[in-house]
Amino acid sequence: MQVTFPAQALYLWERRLEGYTVKLTVNGAEHFIDVEPEMPLLWVLRDELGITGPKYGCGIAQCGACTVHIDGMAVRSCSVEVGAVEGEVTTIEGLGTPDSLHAVQAAWVEHQVAQCGYCQSGQIMAAASLLEMNSDPTDEDIDAAMSANLCRCGTYPRIRAAVKTAASRMNGA
Amino acid sequence: MGRLKTIGRRAFLVGSAAVVGGVAFGFYLYKKPVENPLLEDLAEGAAALTPYVRVDADGVTLITPRADKGQGAYSVQAAMIAEELDVELDQIRVDPGVPSPAYWNTALAAEAVPFAATDQGAMATAARGTVGAVMKIMGMQITGGSSTVADGFEKLRIAGAVARETLKAAAAQKTGVAVARLRTQGGAVILPDGREIPYQELASEASQIAPVTEVALRQPAQWRLIGKPMLRVDMVAKSTGTLDYGIDARLDGMVHAAVVLNPRQGGALNSFDASAAKGMRGVKKIVPVTGGVGVIADNTWRAFQAAAAVECDWGPAVFAPEMADHWAELEQAFDTDPDSQGRDDGDVENALGETPLTAEYRAPYLAHAPLEPINAVVLIKDGRVDVWTGTQVPRFTQNNVAAIAGVEPEQVHIHAQMMGGSFGHRLEDEVARRCTELAMEMQGVPVKLTFSREQDFGHDYLRPAAIARMRGAVAEGTVKTLDLAVSAPSVLASQMGERQGMAMPGPDSSISQALWDQPYGIENYRVTAHRARNMAPVSSWRSVGASQNAFFHEGFLSELITAAGGDQLDQRIALCTDDVSRRVLQTVGDMSNWGRDLGPNRGRGVAFCMSFGTPVAEVVEVTSTPEGIRIDNVFVATDVGRVIDPVNFENLVQGGVVFGLGHAMNCEITIADGGIEQTNFHEYEGMRMYQCPRITVKALEQNSHIRGIGEPPVPPAAPALASAIFDATGVRLREMPFNKFVDFV
Ligand code: FES
Ligand code: FES
Repeated sequence: MQVTFPAQALYLWERRLEGYTVKLTVNGAEHFIDVEPEMPLLWVLRDELGITGPKYGCGIAQCGACTVHIDGMAVRSCSVEVGAVEGEVTTIEGLGTPDSLHAVQAAWVEHQVAQCGYCQSGQIMAAASLLEMNSDPTDEDIDAAMSANLCRCGTYPRIRAAVKTAASRMNGA
Repeated sequence: MGRLKTIGRRAFLVGSAAVVGGVAFGFYLYKKPVENPLLEDLAEGAAALTPYVRVDADGVTLITPRADKGQGAYSVQAAMIAEELDVELDQIRVDPGVPSPAYWNTALAAEAVPFAATDQGAMATAARGTVGAVMKIMGMQITGGSSTVADGFEKLRIAGAVARETLKAAAAQKTGVAVARLRTQGGAVILPDGREIPYQELASEASQIAPVTEVALRQPAQWRLIGKPMLRVDMVAKSTGTLDYGIDARLDGMVHAAVVLNPRQGGALNSFDASAAKGMRGVKKIVPVTGGVGVIADNTWRAFQAAAAVECDWGPAVFAPEMADHWAELEQAFDTDPDSQGRDDGDVENALGETPLTAEYRAPYLAHAPLEPINAVVLIKDGRVDVWTGTQVPRFTQNNVAAIAGVEPEQVHIHAQMMGGSFGHRLEDEVARRCTELAMEMQGVPVKLTFSREQDFGHDYLRPAAIARMRGAVAEGTVKTLDLAVSAPSVLASQMGERQGMAMPGPDSSISQALWDQPYGIENYRVTAHRARNMAPVSSWRSVGASQNAFFHEGFLSELITAAGGDQLDQRIALCTDDVSRRVLQTVGDMSNWGRDLGPNRGRGVAFCMSFGTPVAEVVEVTSTPEGIRIDNVFVATDVGRVIDPVNFENLVQGGVVFGLGHAMNCEITIADGGIEQTNFHEYEGMRMYQCPRITVKALEQNSHIRGIGEPPVPPAAPALASAIFDATGVRLREMPFNKFVDFV
């Protein structure tokens, strides 16, 4: 936890006295939550904060349905203890909204990627993080970055196409 | 299309009924009135209409009994209504309806009859009609068998057309303008002066007048939506994390629950010690449930943790405990009287001769494992039960929950939730039953039960394991004799019999599904199905019996064609007896440029399967690399009569291919100590992105019947892959998963 100025330190201390154990910044909003530090971030988001875009699929970092960003990096929120989170959490809800889609989401809609859609929050977060770090990924880059995310419905061909569309849009093409 | 219209008029009685705040259009059952959920508040005698579309102050609502588990069923159905009713897709709301026997699914029932889907003879048609009646009586309301499009194609368009004409009649009455001078567009009736009356404002007038039932359906050339790419109504929500699935349901005061069930599947709980779990943070209650223990807590993770901390003494295995026993049972079943013999052409025994070619093929148990684990929310309060769950069988769930809660089925209200996949998983209602047991202990409090992935894997009802024994003979460069015997447990007996308590007399057609009815003219051709004793509980899995049977049939057919020295595609085309299927085979040949030189270390294979009346041919191209097999290309040709939405269609076909290939490559469920060994996706991976080939899809529209596409792309994938691997490496694969014998990149 980074304390940068006294007012905030005092505020945190007071929250702690009130029984809050974890401070979490999600989609720009600060939350003080009274949970065990070892609770996975996923379940804090879903059951404590009611942020249900990140999904539970496996709980053991095998499927990617729970993918969120911590400071822009894609992580499996089912396998990150909330007490270990340093930095800002962004979920699919914070990436873009139906009225203001992120470029990756817009590409996902354009290519009509989703079938059941349950994996797609995680797929989109993985893709957004990939494009953040590599604005012009090759097919191999895409495969490498996206292969940790399972899609049981088999939407991989469309995911591939949508990532490419998003990349070219973001590059101003 | 003229023909469809006639059928529509003859078989369905269309009508309308006033409902609270508006009017509903739908169909009368022609046998007897059936309770109608939407019309509860109406007087006796009005309650015989099955509503498909409702117009009221909220606008136009599609009332659909057909679950959407990811296959786009809602959008496709909305399009069929909208095509005739002249509304835009985004103006249509969807109401998943409430379970009612008034919705019956004729297209699915037709598949249960032992006539080939290509057989439109009088006998076959009559028999399908009979089964339709049986299903109606049992009051089934099921999404499955790729039947959503087939079932709704006429009814939904007719309902839309009747609604449109009735709304126009209402507008004419209201304005004094003749009907002939009125148009409809964008959810409104347009007057000659350009004024628009939204349907909402005509709803109550429309409910007062007799519906206009003499309507002509629009010709395909006039279609504005059907056959054109459409933006699925759920696409934005599914791309922004704003679509709520069952697992996301939230109710005031809701608590979260987990279960730990006997790892010996179906076994009993002898006793348990919850002393360690009881004191864990957030735990509210720990109670026994059927076959295990349930923990109710204030958070799902806390419930999972506490469930893991409960010490249980489990009862013994209830079926053969080891996988070897299961294979032995399947082997023994070959010595029992056949369950059915769907085909016996020519003189197989004589034609086989002294030295027939023989082979044994095997397919393992498989899990459904949709990405959303099964879950339900149940609230029991003052004798009323509310259930929120993603289900393909709301009617069964209603009855089963009622029995557990000790109330009448009418007191159970099912709120169908969006599903994160199913593949047949949600044709079962285990989770709703267990959740009801927990909710009984928490009267007045909504309880959400989420199966952990491990519990979901360990208690899935599996795709049956199966064995095929085949013999064949070739002469004059072609296949003369094919004798195929298959042994599998009965899905019907397990799923409908054991778990839903229904008598399932007669043979189980799923054991020989897609074996006996393939459109091949082989001189001596016999298909015999043996029913193995049920061991692990089994269930319908995307494409049901066809999922393993196409591998058997097409795999061995490839061996015979190789033995005959023939070309895999040419021979299939030559043997094919059905025009639609032959065109599908020819098309996949053209698409893949069959016969072109592939270069070194490469191979191709073709397979065909007709399932659920839909013929699908697939060509798979692979490269044998030093690291293993890489799947490069898949070409798919099919014919469903009419493609409603080409984008969704392509997505479903590609997904089916990925599903078929992925499981064939590396998935199996094995049994040890009476339970399922695999616990999570690291032991059941399927296909990942880096393994996914380019998949090219082409749909013909010459089939005279409208067919579904959710399942039929799955069966040909495995045999086409096996054939391609043989072509590239000379390794013949007769057992799935293939990664037991070859590596994949
Ligand atoms: S739920 Fe986190 S990776 Fe599967
Ligand atoms: S769209 Fe269903 S799991 Fe990916």
